[in-house]
Amino acid sequence: MDHLNSYLILSAILLSLGLYTVVTRRNAVAILMGVELILNAANINFVAFSKFVTHSLDGHLISVFIIMLAAAEAAVALAIVLNLYNDRGHINVDEANALKQ
Amino acid sequence: MADFLFWMIWALIVASAALVAFGNNLIHSVFALMGTFLGVAGIYIFLNADFLAVTQIVVYVGGILVLLVFGIMLTNQISTARISQSSFQRGLGLVVVLAVLAIILTAVLPHDWVVGKTPMPFADTVTGIGKLLFTDYLILFEIASVLLLGALIGAATLARKEL
Repeated sequence: MDHLNSYLILSAILLSLGLYTVVTRRNAVAILMGVELILNAANINFVAFSKFVTHSLDGHLISVFIIMLAAAEAAVALAIVLNLYNDRGHINVDEANALKQ
Repeated sequence: MADFLFWMIWALIVASAALVAFGNNLIHSVFALMGTFLGVAGIYIFLNADFLAVTQIVVYVGGILVLLVFGIMLTNQISTARISQSSFQRGLGLVVVLAVLAIILTAVLPHDWVVGKTPMPFADTVTGIGKLLFTDYLILFEIASVLLLGALIGAATLARKEL
């Protein structure tokens, strides 16, 4: 709890699980969930280094901007996913390999 | 007591994130993701980031998670009660991800970080974040507002039926 390494290990595990979700899922919404896991892992690192190493609030600011970016990214990505579904009837990314059919 | 709570939250995050990555039911994965987000908010509290913890709950649990649930509802026939999801390249993905994890841990853990004598004491961070946001990070703040407006208009345009 008072050691930087416990946060870094947690962050590394979270990033690996997010990466695994991104590379193995076929459903586009599930891939989006993996991206959110990766962003959360980055945020934990920023805040942990802010507390233990830099002793400033800069890491917190970067995390706020990352959360903001994640919200914008989720909104736009879901709009794209809905279009894909209207076009194909499914959202499997491994079958969506053409811009137009 | 606090130590016990920390490791409980730690385990909650890892377990729920594993369910997100390995689960077979998409709805279960989304609810597990809620556990991950709430756990990360708890970790923020352990890291003295009170403002970030509240932001995490409001934006992730209240916003992004609802968006994801809407995405699932709108892209699956609700009549199929069990919304299953399939994966591909499981073995190869597992090998690559374990390699990445090993590389990160061997790079990060032996490194001698310049850790201060005592961690930052608990203090209210809202005042500091507000001051920094309107001084050092003002340009980033303005760019963020433009980006959010762009994302709002872009998402509304893309989601229309007739594109």
